[in-house]
Amino acid sequence: MEVPILRQGQYLIASIQSALTDADLSHLREALIAQVGRSRCRGVIVDVTALDVMDSFAVRTLRDIAHMARLRGAETVIVGIQPDVAFAMVQLGLTLKGVATVLDLEEGLAFLDGRTKDRGLDPKTKRPPSGPFRG
Amino acid sequence: MGEELRLTIAADVDVVEARQQGRALAAVAGFSSGEQTVIAAAISEIARNILMYAKKGEITLALVQNGDRQGVSIVASDQGPGIPDIDRAMQYGYSTSHGVGAGLPGAKRLMDEFDLKSTVGQGTTVTMKKWRRSI
Repeated sequence: MEVPILRQGQYLIASIQSALTDADLSHLREALIAQVGRSRCRGVIVDVTALDVMDSFAVRTLRDIAHMARLRGAETVIVGIQPDVAFAMVQLGLTLKGVATVLDLEEGLAFLDGRTKDRGLDPKTKRPPSGPFRG
Repeated sequence: MGEELRLTIAADVDVVEARQQGRALAAVAGFSSGEQTVIAAAISEIARNILMYAKKGEITLALVQNGDRQGVSIVASDQGPGIPDIDRAMQYGYSTSHGVGAGLPGAKRLMDEFDLKSTVGQGTTVTMKKWRRSI
């Protein structure tokens, strides 16, 4: 099951629609990292609301996505971890250390706006302001 | 009781199928949705271990009863290479496959009973159970 990746302004939004196999997760990682470069985006949101379980492989893959995207110049935020999924993650001893997580998509967009604002992006349009860019 | 569900684990889609069947069985046994997710996560970890180390194996799910306590039992067996050093394999963070090292110890943390039998060259069997908390 392929995860659709939408572009909204300077951000990419990957919205997981169902349970994913390990291969699906790896594919999502490759697709997102490639697209960060292609679309020159500043932020990545991974919406995991529909994910049934976050086991060690899923957590590692999300961590890899965040770290790889950062190396490519984009911030990542994970949104939509469900209460039951969080409960199981904690019992498993899994953390998303070093990865931003917020409640939902709206919070995710606000988070990225805050993080990318000082990089010369207009927080309303999420695009660089017109005129020469002064980083 | 007495009803068993046997699932072949030979591809990553089988891992997803096994944890979803496990969740459904846990729901039948009356586990809360949080505990259903915990059981699904444990199944996901041991099913992945089968794929990673033995390539192929089987998971058997069943409802179990002990007095008036109800629970689920999960037996994962393979005829793979076996585990040469069980103590190390049960250490959190130890992995011979570049994994997180949360598979077996993670599953043990999630379940109430956990038993691992392995013979090098013959295979591995993990038996685990979770009991419903009495109200």
